[in-house]
Amino acid sequence: MALNKMFGAIRGRAPSQKLARISSQMQSPSSLRSFCAAAKEMTVRDALNSAIDEEMSADSKVYLMGEEVGEYQGAYKISKGLLQKFGPDRVLDTPITEAGFTGIGVGSAFYGLKPIVEFMTFNFAMQAIDHIINSAAKTNYMSAGQISVPIVFRGPNGAAAGVAAQHSQCFAAWYGSCPGLKVLSPYSAEDARGLLKAAIRDPDPVVFLENEILYGEAFPVSAEVLDPSFVLPIGKAKIEREGTDVTVTAFSKMVGYALKAAEILEKEGINVEVINLRSIRPLDRATINQSVRKTNRLVTVEEGWPQHGIGAEICTSVVEESFDYLDAPVERITGADVPMPYAANLERMAVPQIEDIVRAVKRACSRSARGK
Amino acid sequence: MAPSISTFRRAICTRVNASRFLASPSPFRNFSSSTEDSTPFTVDIAVPFKGHKIEPPPQVVETSAKELMTFFKDMSRMRRMEIASDQLYKSKLIRGFCHLYDGQEAVCIGMEAALTREDNIITAYRDHCTYLGRGGTLPEVFSELMGRKDGCTLGKGGSMHFYKKENGFYGGHGIVGAQIPLGVGLAFAQKYEKMKAATFLLYGDGAANQGQLFEALNMAALWDLPAVYVCENNHYGMGTAEWRAAKCPEYYKRGDYVPGLKVDGMDALAVKQAVRFAKEHALSKGPIMLEMDTYRYHGHSMSDPGSTYRTRDEISGVRQERDPIERIRKLILFKEIATVSDLKNIEKEVKKEVEDAVAKAKESSPPDASELFSNVYVKGYGSQVFGCDRKHSTATLS
Repeated sequence: MALNKMFGAIRGRAPSQKLARISSQMQSPSSLRSFCAAAKEMTVRDALNSAIDEEMSADSKVYLMGEEVGEYQGAYKISKGLLQKFGPDRVLDTPITEAGFTGIGVGSAFYGLKPIVEFMTFNFAMQAIDHIINSAAKTNYMSAGQISVPIVFRGPNGAAAGVAAQHSQCFAAWYGSCPGLKVLSPYSAEDARGLLKAAIRDPDPVVFLENEILYGEAFPVSAEVLDPSFVLPIGKAKIEREGTDVTVTAFSKMVGYALKAAEILEKEGINVEVINLRSIRPLDRATINQSVRKTNRLVTVEEGWPQHGIGAEICTSVVEESFDYLDAPVERITGADVPMPYAANLERMAVPQIEDIVRAVKRACSRSARGK
Repeated sequence: MAPSISTFRRAICTRVNASRFLASPSPFRNFSSSTEDSTPFTVDIAVPFKGHKIEPPPQVVETSAKELMTFFKDMSRMRRMEIASDQLYKSKLIRGFCHLYDGQEAVCIGMEAALTREDNIITAYRDHCTYLGRGGTLPEVFSELMGRKDGCTLGKGGSMHFYKKENGFYGGHGIVGAQIPLGVGLAFAQKYEKMKAATFLLYGDGAANQGQLFEALNMAALWDLPAVYVCENNHYGMGTAEWRAAKCPEYYKRGDYVPGLKVDGMDALAVKQAVRFAKEHALSKGPIMLEMDTYRYHGHSMSDPGSTYRTRDEISGVRQERDPIERIRKLILFKEIATVSDLKNIEKEVKKEVEDAVAKAKESSPPDASELFSNVYVKGYGSQVFGCDRKHSTATLS
């Protein structure tokens, strides 16, 4: 974990600057259209920081706890300035004891506080997973509503760059299968602000899956998004890019890849609709199915492992509810079915790339039974 | 080298020279005190406290006729309740797990005597009596055990998941050891909200070796939280005796840098003294660890006869020498607060209370089918939830 801290502090710069440049060049017109004219830019990091800051200012029961969130200003600088502003009673540096501090967070939520528990990455949350599932997710049900658990578990999820097998797992599918949890995963700065504020205000336990590579990426944000009252609904996906030929679902970093794939495919005459899931649980089946009924084709994209993954659930949902509308089998793009390798060339093959998405979309389109 | 089994057994059974509490007459003693009399008098605590990095409290505790009568009645009720639960389980009206507390009543009675409802209690799954101590009722207990809608958790929780948040009882947890950091979290919240109250988190000798115990203890000590660790040492973690599970079975010392106190857990007055002492410490100096030397008559659960890893002689030995209710009976009789037949009448009353509650609970119906999908979330945002055949059974979470 010490190595990860070092890497986090150093690595944050290089790839994200590159991504920010690419993203500003390739931002599709439709995604800009959804923001109002006088657009300011904000990084995902600043979006998360401002969301936590505002919610802590608005509600004295909200507090932040985790490794290095205080004096270090956050392993990934998400909590920068918060210790100075709110003091050590509300921004707590914990020892490296996930099972212990997660249990403490959940217990304080039982009493009525609103903790934000930060995991340096969700890989370390596995040490605390009993508390996330058995102590947090199930308690409102087991207590027949007597004890609610208004807690947020947040931190980076999925692959970073070169951090190898134990630091690269995507947990969306595991947490997403658990009743009693809400699972959110933002892509843009708007998502980060709106969803985190919603998560903090929510009376149920929320697993908030961020992405380290996205922290440094800047997105345009409207005045509405910047307002302290801005909040996004939980359980609603966003049509990030409207299209007519094929539906591509994605979340977190893969939304950006899907949008870039859509730009490439546009030039080849394929009009892609990109859905940014935002909410893994509850899953917005209505938006997904509505889209597939329009486009008749579906490609799911995720970074995590394929078996029993997010795409598997989405595919089944569409088969159950919109079977007659499908013109081709559902395609899924996922992380490779291996622990994450270190070497750059192998790592590149273990995580979805834009060309994988393009290839899958073309496959979905070439199997047309109705000559589209 | 493990201690010999006979030494171990002797250590559990023979504790008290029973005459030790028959201290020199207090100048304030009345010869025939009324059972409602709250005039305080002092009683010696027979078994000495043992301190770890702390000076133990005095071996003398204040009580009253009224308090002793309450102890007797409440513990008798708890004892009857657990015996009735045993019978209900054998009649297959209680399913799944059922972990009984009879023998250990003095711990929760002594605790309640020293605490308020602003203090929090959290425990594991041997929680029926703890729930009663925190203001729960017999019909709520039996209904819940039998999975009926009038149960304390509407039939959704079962034996291991009793809660009474408004009275500071936070359950009721099935995962051994998990309740410990949760309890430290409750203490954290009390300090955060500036309550002048503490959290008593209970765990057994089986849980005492859990890593998360030490993780949470470290933070409780670092942050000066009003958390009191209470190890209910009944000497067996399921079927494993303490000397087979712990290199150091002196659980009150296991806090290392956190002070500890060993208490005779079969003596309700000793428990009361220790708990009051511990609460004061927790509110001014931070966490402290109590070890209650106690004993369970039943096996670990109803699936465990309790005799494959301990002898019947040991069990009956403890019953004879250290039973918590008998101890209070002897004290009441010695102090002439009530007569033998008074106490027998109380026991009859309590037996009837329990029988009536069981009968009432049997009349309660199971929860409505719609409860399958209730309380998954506090706020469901209209999301859909599915039954086993999702095309046949589905609901919307409001």
